[in-house]
Amino acid sequence: MSTTTNTGALDVVDAGATSLLRFATAGSVDDGKSTLVGRLLHDSKSVLADQLEAVERASLGRGQETPDLALLTDGLRAEREQGITIDVAYRYFATPRRRFILADTPGHVQYTRNMVTGASTAELAVVLVDARNGVVEQTRRHAAVAALLRVPHVVLAVNKMDLVDYAEPVFAAIAEEFTTYAASLGVPEITAIPISALAGDNVVSPSANMDWYGGPTVLEHLETVPVVADPSEDPGRFPVQYVIRPQTAEHPDYRGYAGQIASGVLRVGDAVTVLPSGRTSTIEAIDALGQAVDVAWAPQSVTVRLADDIDVSRGDLIAPTATAPGVSQDIEATICHVADRPLKVGDRVLLKHTTRTVKAIVKDIPSRLTLDDLSQHPAPGELVANDIGRIVVRTAEPLALDAYADSRRTGSFLLIDPADGTTLTAGMAGNAFAEAAAEAAPADAADDEGWDF
Amino acid sequence: MTTVTAVTGNTEDANNPYALSHLDSLESEAVHIFREVAGEFERPVILFSGGKDSIVMLHLALKAFAPAAVPFSLLHVDTGHNFPEVLDYRDRTVERHGLRLHVASVQDFIDRGELRERPDGTRNPLQTVPLLDAIDKNRFDAVFGGGRRDEEKARAKERVFSLRDEFGGWDPRRQRPELWQLYNGKHSPGEHVRVFPLSNWTELDVWQYIAREKIELPAIYYAHEREVFARSGMWLSPGEWGGPKDDESLETRQVRYRTVGDMSCTGAVDSDADTIEAVIAEIAVSRLTERGATRADDKMSEAAMEDRKREGYF
Repeated sequence: MSTTTNTGALDVVDAGATSLLRFATAGSVDDGKSTLVGRLLHDSKSVLADQLEAVERASLGRGQETPDLALLTDGLRAEREQGITIDVAYRYFATPRRRFILADTPGHVQYTRNMVTGASTAELAVVLVDARNGVVEQTRRHAAVAALLRVPHVVLAVNKMDLVDYAEPVFAAIAEEFTTYAASLGVPEITAIPISALAGDNVVSPSANMDWYGGPTVLEHLETVPVVADPSEDPGRFPVQYVIRPQTAEHPDYRGYAGQIASGVLRVGDAVTVLPSGRTSTIEAIDALGQAVDVAWAPQSVTVRLADDIDVSRGDLIAPTATAPGVSQDIEATICHVADRPLKVGDRVLLKHTTRTVKAIVKDIPSRLTLDDLSQHPAPGELVANDIGRIVVRTAEPLALDAYADSRRTGSFLLIDPADGTTLTAGMAGNAFAEAAAEAAPADAADDEGWDF
Repeated sequence: MTTVTAVTGNTEDANNPYALSHLDSLESEAVHIFREVAGEFERPVILFSGGKDSIVMLHLALKAFAPAAVPFSLLHVDTGHNFPEVLDYRDRTVERHGLRLHVASVQDFIDRGELRERPDGTRNPLQTVPLLDAIDKNRFDAVFGGGRRDEEKARAKERVFSLRDEFGGWDPRRQRPELWQLYNGKHSPGEHVRVFPLSNWTELDVWQYIAREKIELPAIYYAHEREVFARSGMWLSPGEWGGPKDDESLETRQVRYRTVGDMSCTGAVDSDADTIEAVIAEIAVSRLTERGATRADDKMSEAAMEDRKREGYF
């Protein structure tokens, strides 16, 4: 298919060459996050005339002379009244090279849970720093959350370079400090970019004011960062969502297991194990939304048929026998508590892991993490909103759980209040930060159980 | 100039045999959402208006459960001011797929005196009462809507699974954090969950998907000659709903619709895009959002959508 510009819809429809990047932004209140987001949206022509007019009208209406671009992103009455962002918003924009879903997360300390929300599905996080202030407590917090959630790529955007005379040493010192800190947490890839969101330096166009900088602009980096990992390196994981049984004259015996491949690759002929029961079979067929295929991979939604008529239902996990995970009723995890009511030892909760929801009891809360300096507070007794801590949970039924370090999809879970369904915590099984962090920052004396934050 | 048409690929991704196109990613995600609802809820229903978003939703549901039937019924909130072409399309679709259709009628509520006609004649805001009544009477616990976050700034804040209280209301401050792909559908009796499988789609994505999947749409989405009159900067169709007034005059123009809703507040745009290829090319360079161009109800105030959603609207 031709890929010349604007030759008509067939090219546009031939979307095989376009990819999607999900990313999140994080920044403190006055770091200029709204300006950066506004410029990305504006310069990629994603702000349309009627939206700009609405912002201009609203700005004039409250006596401002120039349009307040923050009104583009702050959509709720309370946000506009208070001039703050209270919740994650999702934005969409595109360039000829890639499409983007931006989770625009609030910078306030009390909304750490919202950055966790935005980062949980992000492949890249942009952390904003004011060049005049350098790396501050909030910057370390954002780096730690990105590391904790295992966001594969982190961009440090050193903003307001225009206010420090575009001086290279200022940028270099901040980049050095941040990179050292983030690497110690196990962040695999860090790209530092000096920008001025207000003046437009290095956001979409290269800056004429910083010819000492030879790297990509923010947008160029977003467009080229690799987003497709090689799923063939990961073990196959297929949580069963729904059993499809038409029982019609045309399909009297069809029995398919519908789900979205959580990781790895599935092939017709694979020997598989169904967990937690441990029964084994072979993949007889894979239907990729109406089309029979020999191979399918994460994150495709497919329907799998097995050679043997064994008992499989929603909540089960199908995995290649050779790489099937173990099952356990005792889970150690790092969590971010996201609800206003605290989580206490002894709480009876529901645990949702992939497509399976089971009863569980919080057996222990060994420690709470202080994100600012990564120190641990042993035996805090409870975790409150925005806390990050270690917990031990006992489940009523065995779960096939991977370490979050190995799979964001099969290593994550929710704790839910059984009384009213409130989402209590975001859970990540296994060690919180990558091995590099454990080695670089050995646990303190109070931690005799080897919790590796 | 940077355009929003995505015609060239990222070489690195394109060479990866495991790369998914953005449409495949969005389709896979939406199918996952449909199946989660089928697995977790007792009485889900798809809101179906005959508009392009609900048509795409139904198409995705058909694919998600094939070769079995879609395990949901459809609900249409009929304002009484619908385009006849759209009602015809709705009925043919229901027939073709052997679906069950519930109709909640604004006109019935007006006839019974339970709703009062607004002075401006628009019935879009009146839909909320029949919608909530139908949800209550049928005990629907999950209601699929075709809302997209790119449509409107209040929608940009809404979750994929959006818990509604017993009055159908949305409280943006009380939303559950939505983490990974772990959608929490728990709700108490009387509450229900609105589900938006197209949350992450844009208008262009929807049109590209319609083109790729060769999905039939009501003909009014494509350019045609129509008698229209001007009101509030929009081209409206005449009808029993109360237009045109004495000082408004009809003229014949070549137009098409970007959205389909109540005739009293859904405007047509001047267009000669009579094929899907031409429509996509037109949207790709448009400087107006679809709601900004053609929906009067969103222009009522700065927070019109948020306010209606708080009342129980989609």
